[in-house]
Amino acid sequence: MKVLYFAWVRERIGKADEELRPPAEVKTVGELIAWLAQQGPEYAHAFENPAVIRAAIDRNHVKAHAPIAGAAEIAFFPPMTGG
Amino acid sequence: MRFEVRLQSEDFDIAAEIARLTAGRADIGAVATFTGICRGGTGEDAIAAMTLEHYPGMAEAEIARHMAEARQRWPLLGATVIHRYGRLVPGDNIVLVIVAASHRGEAFAAAEFLMDYLKTQAPFWKREERADGSSWVEARAADDAASARWAASERPDAAE
Repeated sequence: MKVLYFAWVRERIGKADEELRPPAEVKTVGELIAWLAQQGPEYAHAFENPAVIRAAIDRNHVKAHAPIAGAAEIAFFPPMTGG
Repeated sequence: MRFEVRLQSEDFDIAAEIARLTAGRADIGAVATFTGICRGGTGEDAIAAMTLEHYPGMAEAEIARHMAEARQRWPLLGATVIHRYGRLVPGDNIVLVIVAASHRGEAFAAAEFLMDYLKTQAPFWKREERADGSSWVEARAADDAASARWAASERPDAAE
């Protein structure tokens, strides 16, 4: 799956997007965040407070319990501040 | 009827956008517009510029979803939302919401609805440049409360 990062999540990780193949036991958005947080200090920094991280699957907002099966694109970002 | 969402780096022309919505129409009795402008702030809050990052593809889709929701709630005759991205300086336009309807009530309400959802649900992030560096703007609880009240409110046509 393609994973995208925006705003300070992108800055902390140091890249805007990447292709990821998480292990099969990672089934939800929340589990993916927990797995990503273990992928290195930059990821640990970006996901140090999972409660503030927002996610979208295939360009729709989702909650932490949403399943990731079948997702083509998952995005992680901070709370939005447009308008 | 014209319902349009645009993201662009360049400025917009408010009068021209209203004219595009109302051209050739005799049924529109009210047009409400909201313009969000980059605020410079004062003292320690003074900013030199802001940069708006967005999620291409999702930002348009999310605003379009809210526009569809607004059309379910109110009998709208047209709407335009334009959101800019990139680097803006104080005084620059950021966002434009125009809603056309038969009467002012639904035009005002739908414009406010669109803005409230746009602030909290459309994937945009502001980074502000100040004299001592730059930082990401933090989301405001007041904006979450403003969009949440629409979820709690009955649709105006629900009783009909």
